[in-house]
Amino acid sequence: MRKHTLTVTVENRPGVLTRVTTLFRRRGYNIESLAVGETENPSISRITIMVMGDGKILEQVTKQLYKLVEVIKIVDITEERSVTRELVLIKIRADNNVRADIVQIVDIFRARIVDIGKNSLIIEVTGDSGKIDAIVESLKPFGVLELVRTGVIAMVRGEIK
Amino acid sequence: MQLKGAEILLRCLQEEGVDTVFGYPGGAVLPIYDALFESSIRHILVRHEQGAAHAADGYARATGKVGVCIATSGPGATNLVTGIATANMDSIPLVCFTGQVGTSLIGRDAFQEADITGITLPITKHNYLVERTEDVARTVKEAFYIARTNRPGPVVVDLPKDVMERSIDYKAGDAEINLRGYRVMKGYNSGQVITAVELIKNAKRPVIYAGGGVISSDAAGELRELAQKRKIPVTTTLMGMGAIPGNSYLNLGMLGMHGTRYANYAIGEADLLIAAGVRFDDRVTGKIETFAPHARVIHIDIDAAEIGKNVDADVPIVGQVKEVLQAINQRLEAVEQYWEWHQTIDRWKKEFPLRYGPSCEGRIMPQSVIEKICELTQGETIITTEVGQNQMWAAQYYKFKHARTFLTSGGLGTMGYGFPAAIGAKIGRPDMPVIDIAGDGSIQMNIQELATAVQYRLPVIICILNNQFLGMVRQWQGLFYGGRYSYTDVSHQPDFVKLAEAYGAVGIRVTREEELEAALQQALRETERPVILDILVEREADVYPMVPPGSSLSHMLGGDEI
Ligand SMILES: Cc1cc2nc3c(=O)[nH]c(=O)nc-3n(C[C@H](O)[C@H](O)[C@H](O)COP(=O)(O)OP(=O)(O)OC[C@H]3O[C@@H](n4cnc5c(N)ncnc54)[C@H](O)[C@@H]3O)c2cc1C
Ligand SMILES: Cc1ncc(C[n+]2csc(CCOP(=O)(O)OP(=O)(O)O)c2C)c(N)n1
Repeated sequence: MRKHTLTVTVENRPGVLTRVTTLFRRRGYNIESLAVGETENPSISRITIMVMGDGKILEQVTKQLYKLVEVIKIVDITEERSVTRELVLIKIRADNNVRADIVQIVDIFRARIVDIGKNSLIIEVTGDSGKIDAIVESLKPFGVLELVRTGVIAMVRGEIK
Repeated sequence: MQLKGAEILLRCLQEEGVDTVFGYPGGAVLPIYDALFESSIRHILVRHEQGAAHAADGYARATGKVGVCIATSGPGATNLVTGIATANMDSIPLVCFTGQVGTSLIGRDAFQEADITGITLPITKHNYLVERTEDVARTVKEAFYIARTNRPGPVVVDLPKDVMERSIDYKAGDAEINLRGYRVMKGYNSGQVITAVELIKNAKRPVIYAGGGVISSDAAGELRELAQKRKIPVTTTLMGMGAIPGNSYLNLGMLGMHGTRYANYAIGEADLLIAAGVRFDDRVTGKIETFAPHARVIHIDIDAAEIGKNVDADVPIVGQVKEVLQAINQRLEAVEQYWEWHQTIDRWKKEFPLRYGPSCEGRIMPQSVIEKICELTQGETIITTEVGQNQMWAAQYYKFKHARTFLTSGGLGTMGYGFPAAIGAKIGRPDMPVIDIAGDGSIQMNIQELATAVQYRLPVIICILNNQFLGMVRQWQGLFYGGRYSYTDVSHQPDFVKLAEAYGAVGIRVTREEELEAALQQALRETERPVILDILVEREADVYPMVPPGSSLSHMLGGDEI
């Protein structure tokens, strides 16, 4: 069992996302993360799905997804050279005593502070799952008030030669 | 030419070769019904929308064409749901048109609004909500294309009232299919075919395991050729009955939970399984780890997702059963083979035939009714069934001769399927007698369709094996719940003879074995009216042999002694 990243190219029509998620629910596959958006071609959307499973489960997921009439193409990019990114907003408890420590962590992870409240900060981070998990861990001791993740998006890298 | 959406719809249906639709009107489909009033398309008015879906399904199974049904929005559409799910589980091509409230009202909980595309999403091959009259022609074309190609299945097309009412400029033949995500499977991997041929040549104990895919791709001829060429025994699933003649020497009958002992034993001993158009259903495999333990598996299926879903295939072949079998046949010369294997099977057949004991209650044995029907019709009839013991006895004791002559709800197991399906089958195949083998429980689920059969003068025969029980459930209570018959006694029932007469049909009660043949013959002679045969059978007869749920096929109960 491991985490796989699938990019699923679909028709950009109402209801397509429901079809995809219904299929996962009905067949008992678990979605770890999901992100969807329009592509360079406005008639096409791309769904990036992270799913846990072994080779057999992945094969079934892929074959069942292909049966959806509005699914155009599926690529499992887990093994590909790819760029994966996720964006996270973290609202953290931050009084004057700890702000400096937080700013330091933010700098190390090349994150950004995007809102300053009386007792809190909002931090924006982009990166792959490893980086995000790491910053979240480092910030936890200060007290995470709210956290929201966009879900992973991914793209296969261009040819080098 | 200026045409209303509804008129365009009917023209498109005609372009698809549709001459018959099954339906029931209502507010949201008034424009469609208004257009139907003058159309040459024949509309069969059912008495419940579930009946329309099953009738369209029976029509499709019997003819091989796409079945079409129409229902109004809201309750009309939701009444179709069981019929759609039934067709979906058995991979039957249907196009179901539902009315919908006007586009400006959608989402506002308008009168008789139901989100039928949402409701049917997991039980259709695909579905559509048509939002513009301009899209009607293309959608209809796509719906039929999707329903009948690749693995067939039901498609729902939801039609808002204003979309049907509005007129636009229409030119026939302009609509084009636009489905970049849907490709029709053509051809097959010929390397795999060569591997399959080698395995077949070298097998000592091969078995063909044939299913619904053989029927739906009209490949019974190719299958029989393969079996004959190499003298390979054939077992069929419930859905594959008719793939090989019931009286053929090579036929092992049905396998699985209520299959024959010799079919299940053959699976247990086989060294090669040629699985054609089957999906390794749990009713077939029993405990999956012990299914065909010694066999290499050649799996032919049009749906790649079926291959490796339940059982791993040594030789997976994705393609039309018909084409793949043709390719295999071309590479195989005819030989006499497998004498030892046939001797073993013959021994099993002799030792463990299908059999049933005499009555304990002095009533007619239900199995003997099926044998009598078989004797009188000789396979030249269409048999539909309800669900339960009646269905299993029909599969076990009727010797089918042709494909598309056994229509039964296998995957969903829908009680109430058989009678409306029989109506659809009779309309599609008026040349064939059509008999619904029914239970007294199931028949009451769509009994209202008697009015339809009477109205259209359809001499469909309903043969109720009346045990005054929900027999199949009672059997399980007897076997697995200590004989506690909780709510399965249905002896409070109508007088089925009077009921038939009240509808204008013929009703005949049969209480003694001696009356059976004459009653059946009378029913078969009827040319204008449906007939109910109310046959009082042994109340507590059980279906045997049986693989208890979750057991291996080799562990069968019953049928080894009388
Ligand atoms: C009370 C009850 C008891 C039952 N007991 C039994 C039993 O004892 N034995 C039994 O066999 N069944 C039994 N069934 C039925 C069982 O539940 C399944 O419906 C049945 O076994 C499935 O049959 P199948 O494998 O032929 O598949 P089907 O459901 O007929 O599916 C057809 C397969 O063929 C493929 N296919 C379709 N078209 C093509 C094509 N053109 N080319 C290639 N492939 C194609 C499809 O992709 C699919 O995989 C019982 C049902 C009920 C209600
Ligand atoms: C719509 C529906 N409800 C319930 C069931 C569960 N069920 C399966 S077989 C059966 C009994 C059927 O009884 P009857 O029609 O009298 O047939 P018999 O088994 O006695 O031949 C029931 C209730 C079902 N298959 N379908």
